[in-house]
Amino acid sequence: MNFNDYGLMATFSSAKDIYHACLKVREAGYTKWESFTPFPVHGLDKAMGMSRSKVPRFTLAGGLTGFTMATLMVWFMNAYDYPLNVGGKPFFTYIFPFPVMYEMNILLAAFGTLFGMFFLNRLPRHHHPLFENKSFLKCSDDRLTIVIEVIDPNYDEEETRKFLENLGATDVEVVQEDN
Amino acid sequence: MSVTTEDASIKPDPLIMAKVKPAPIDRPPLVENNRDYAWITDKICRIVEEKTPTWWWVCFGVASMTASFTVMGLIYLVSTGVGVWGLANPVNWGWAIVNFVFWIGIGHAGTLISAILCLLKQKWRTSINRAAEAMTVFAVVCAAIFPVFHVGRIWFAWFLFPIPNSNWIWPQFRSPLEWDVFAVSTYGTVSVLFWYMGMIPDLATIRDRATTKFRRLFYGVFAMGWRNATNHWRNYELAYLLLAGLSTPLVLSVHTIVSFDFAAAQLPGWHTTIFPPYFVAGAIFSGFGMVLTLMLPLRAIYGLHDIITQRHIDNMCKITLATGTMVGYAYSMEFFIAWYGANSFESFAFVNRAFGQYWWAYLTMVSCNVISPQLFWFRKIRENPAAVWIISIFVNVGMWFERFVIACTSLANDFIPSSWGYYSPSIIDILTYFGTFGVFSVLFLLFVRFLPMMPMAEIKMVLPEADPHHGDNDHH
Repeated sequence: MNFNDYGLMATFSSAKDIYHACLKVREAGYTKWESFTPFPVHGLDKAMGMSRSKVPRFTLAGGLTGFTMATLMVWFMNAYDYPLNVGGKPFFTYIFPFPVMYEMNILLAAFGTLFGMFFLNRLPRHHHPLFENKSFLKCSDDRLTIVIEVIDPNYDEEETRKFLENLGATDVEVVQEDN
Repeated sequence: MSVTTEDASIKPDPLIMAKVKPAPIDRPPLVENNRDYAWITDKICRIVEEKTPTWWWVCFGVASMTASFTVMGLIYLVSTGVGVWGLANPVNWGWAIVNFVFWIGIGHAGTLISAILCLLKQKWRTSINRAAEAMTVFAVVCAAIFPVFHVGRIWFAWFLFPIPNSNWIWPQFRSPLEWDVFAVSTYGTVSVLFWYMGMIPDLATIRDRATTKFRRLFYGVFAMGWRNATNHWRNYELAYLLLAGLSTPLVLSVHTIVSFDFAAAQLPGWHTTIFPPYFVAGAIFSGFGMVLTLMLPLRAIYGLHDIITQRHIDNMCKITLATGTMVGYAYSMEFFIAWYGANSFESFAFVNRAFGQYWWAYLTMVSCNVISPQLFWFRKIRENPAAVWIISIFVNVGMWFERFVIACTSLANDFIPSSWGYYSPSIIDILTYFGTFGVFSVLFLLFVRFLPMMPMAEIKMVLPEADPHHGDNDHH
């Protein structure tokens, strides 16, 4: 088997440390890096320079689709394809099918949200170089880490290691990738 | 604005602070005994990872046997006909609708805890929300059994869905029952989505700790390759917030639409505009009753006292008290409107409810729902888990009787005295309903055994050291 370097993984001991470290890594001009925490650290995405998530667009698209689909469905079934007179009530209005439109709106908006989240996170992805590393798996327990990838233009094994150690990393190690 | 602001970006002016000299507000911590991240991971994962405890097998056996009553009841019903239930003119909506509304109502507290309390930033919800959401999903499963089998010829149940039948006729959407199909199926689906999405990071934690191949595969597949990256969390947190925002109007609409089943009818006792809010309050009330019924034993069995603290129990008791009182208000308001409305049928319906042939059901309902939660005014009671648990059982019983009172008393004595009747359930009714507690327990036991019972990531988030600005304001 052939191993390539994937990046440098630095562990920090607290949410406060990783927050300040992320600010510095961003300032230093790194672009191909990511932080991993067992829980969402408040404001860490902003510290890393990430913009607001785009999930709401998927929610809106889902919601609009659901609402329109339900409206068309009720109109088609009860007013167009087979109008059925029930107690002289109108075949179609926006009033009586509103609960149906409302529920379908929520249903598809919810699907849009979940699948939008998956899509934006590029999940499912069951194989990732980081998973090969035993200590990375502690990220879902109590470890807070920053990984700077080899492909980052500013990456230099010695320099970057020193840089991370200066930021207060308790442990810096090279992560390898299985080829 | 509170001085002990948790949002570190809003820093109070030190000059003002020196003048005001704010008193520190001591709030009990959400996780007691200064537990750290690893302790939380270990505590919750171990429930899944350890050898199946004996009590679990005993409970599972009893629950499966109980569930078999529902299975046998339904097999008998399908093979013989819906007449095996006690339905007879004039009460053609008997226990089936009562049980349906009862179970759907139970589910509502789960969504309330996970969605509404999330929007209100009530951090104490973290340790109970997963189990409450599971309760929602399983309660919807139990609820769905009744309307589906109530149609009698179950093989025509697909008529409910927007599929043309053999005469090419579509369902007609002017009926509240059709709205109900959409409301309940959406509710079930969205509850599963919300529950599942909340579980992804925790499934990933179990996957990362897995020592057996089966566990790595099972939890790995469902964790979808979650990596705890900040980019993941960024999308996840907003998606979670959006789902909470979507579930809030959903949960309110579902019981509203369920109440339309009654309120849109012309029957005295059903035809009232108070039903939607009254049903929603009742649903939340019964759901919190059920959450307490489930969580107190789990807390004792697994020693989760540091995560489900007295503060959590206190809050749940207070919500039960508040919603129970709202329900009591609705009961009295119904009487007031029946009198004020000056409709003789309407006023008869209510006098008949309280003093007619079903007086015993009405009395049970009022004493369980309005009187028993009033005990939660006393701290001594709230701090006694056994007392809280017993009252929560009263709440469950009372809420079942509420639906019975609404459905049966109104139908049994309607406009024409010559067509009055008295509804009694058959033994099949009773056993089928009894069995649903088994169905619910089987599902809940499987959940406790195989899925992360509490959201580890969210509990870690409410620890003080999870705040990146922890300690920054200490010198003020």
